[in-house]
Amino acid sequence: MKKIHNLGPIAVLISVAIAVVFTAGCSGSAGEERPAKSEQEREAKLRIVTLGGGATEVVYALGHGDTIVATDASSTYPEQAASRASLGYYRRVQAEGIIAQAPNLVIASDGSGPPAALAQLGEVGIRVVELPEVENLAQAKARITILAELLREEERGRALIAGIDEQLVKVERALSGRPRPRVLFIYARGGGTMLVAGQGTAAEALIGLAGGALAAPEHQGFRPLTAEAVIGARPDVILLTSGGLESMGGVEGVLGAPGVAATPAGAQRRIIAMDDLLLLSFGPRLAEAVTSLAKSLHPEVVS
Amino acid sequence: MSSRRPRWGRGGLLLGALALFVGLSALAGLGLGAFEVGPGAVVEVLRAHLLPGGSTPSPIVDAVVWEIRVPRTILGLAVGAALATSGALFQGLFRNPLADPSLLGITLGAAAAVAIAVLGIGMLDVSHAPLGLTPEVLTATRPYMIPLAAFVGSLVTLLGVVALASGPGRLDVTTLLLAGIAVNAIAGAVTGFAIFLADDAQLRDLTFWTLGGLGGASWTVVIAVVPLLLAGLAFVPTLARRLDCLLLGETEAGHLGVRVEATKRSVVGVGALLVGVSVSAAGAIGFVGLVVPHLVRLLAGPGHRILLPASALLGAGGIVLADVLARTVVAPAELPIGVLTTLLGGPFFLWLLAGRRRGR
Repeated sequence: MKKIHNLGPIAVLISVAIAVVFTAGCSGSAGEERPAKSEQEREAKLRIVTLGGGATEVVYALGHGDTIVATDASSTYPEQAASRASLGYYRRVQAEGIIAQAPNLVIASDGSGPPAALAQLGEVGIRVVELPEVENLAQAKARITILAELLREEERGRALIAGIDEQLVKVERALSGRPRPRVLFIYARGGGTMLVAGQGTAAEALIGLAGGALAAPEHQGFRPLTAEAVIGARPDVILLTSGGLESMGGVEGVLGAPGVAATPAGAQRRIIAMDDLLLLSFGPRLAEAVTSLAKSLHPEVVS
Repeated sequence: MSSRRPRWGRGGLLLGALALFVGLSALAGLGLGAFEVGPGAVVEVLRAHLLPGGSTPSPIVDAVVWEIRVPRTILGLAVGAALATSGALFQGLFRNPLADPSLLGITLGAAAAVAIAVLGIGMLDVSHAPLGLTPEVLTATRPYMIPLAAFVGSLVTLLGVVALASGPGRLDVTTLLLAGIAVNAIAGAVTGFAIFLADDAQLRDLTFWTLGGLGGASWTVVIAVVPLLLAGLAFVPTLARRLDCLLLGETEAGHLGVRVEATKRSVVGVGALLVGVSVSAAGAIGFVGLVVPHLVRLLAGPGHRILLPASALLGAGGIVLADVLARTVVAPAELPIGVLTTLLGGPFFLWLLAGRRRGR
């Protein structure tokens, strides 16, 4: 009796495994028609998987949003993108999950991975286009050009870039000769972790385009925020993502953060928040993001 | 001798049952996934690659089964067996049920190195390539930096800990344990500092790494990793009887004719090889190394001749089964496997524990 009792747990494990294998058998036989069907579909039209919110936005702006069959968790704009099958976090996708969506083109933002998964997509014959990093205006335009050529929408791509340029020139004209307020970008993750953007960040590029000056120009990349560093940066304005503002407990929370009250921005309560994706993705809404930020920085000039 | 025979009988039964479990898990690993492939198609693909003169159903099905599922299942089996076995080895060496592969600082040492690598990759300006490396070389080697950092990190911490614990002619197990705890704390602090500096993407990379995953599996990885793990595992049976003797104490084991120092060094060396290689290939998959040997002990007692192979089998099957669920539960996305090993293994272990207490 004792022996049988002792092997009981293993019997449970084995029955779990049997259950899983049985599921495999059933679902497999039910879905055997699928690969053939998807091969017909791929002849007919483009089926795109996008990884990265910025790339997804560009594909939509080029008029190919309806060909996107699946996308990653960061693709939250436009709203339709969020309703596509989600492949999870773009740096940790699984090859088989993508293959199951039967795409014929995968557009992967910089950092998509793991590399083995992207390589396996190539082995199945799916075209994988890896995009370069996008953190400034030139790179943002380059991404639009690359995707426009890829989707044979050169005309729309040029129009998109021309539209961005036109709007940016308008902002630049309105702001010419104006003093540039010092803007401190705080990247907050909640739980007391706050980072300040320095040189070479997307935040720096955006602030520059919107007629501001980066308030912490002496370091590269992101640095942890300290009270003294905040005071030393003398920001006139503090900029956050909406998610970041929420995680810090709203405007009052930011004002209560160490050092903030002693800055000009704190004294005048100039705290600005912008949508995360709009602010940092450098997608087709770049001009919109710049205009919106410029309005907040220079309310008297930009309308 | 006759008094031992029933134990072997029970152990044999357990090993047989576990082998069945491994077989079924491997079947699930090959048959299940986000992409639907019928069981017949899986068999066809395997036959086409393993036997002469077969043909595959279609290139896509062939690639999904042969390029994705087969290497992933093989890697899962090897990593699971390695983690569980090294847990059993370290618990035997330290005569401490709380010992696990991370106790010597190997896992956290690897994590610290990975954290530094993740930050380093982020800071690396490819256009100003250091050391005369071209941007092309740097871009090409980027995917290998994290596994490499994990392996180097685990190796460096292990060598440091062993060097600290080595006196004249002997390896002091108590010092080994204490040094391991201290190194763990230091590595934890290094990782913490890296997390402090990390931006959102890097932070997520680190978090995902500490939860482990078999998503990096490919034939290249299998060929690089599995022979090393098999070599380590092949050495393990020779340690079983000596570990049994060590359970009595080092002096007593010496009186029984065991070469104590050589045994301790072998256990540390083999255990570290198994953990270091597993961690570099699959990240820090938690819980398996700690709990699988305990499960086996609850079922078959503390004798290492059953404990070591049974742990290997249970670890192998368990990891593959957890990976099947990780790939399918939220398909087409994927859950980190560490979440599943702990979420499934934890309650199962508690259930066994409760049953044992009631049984008394």
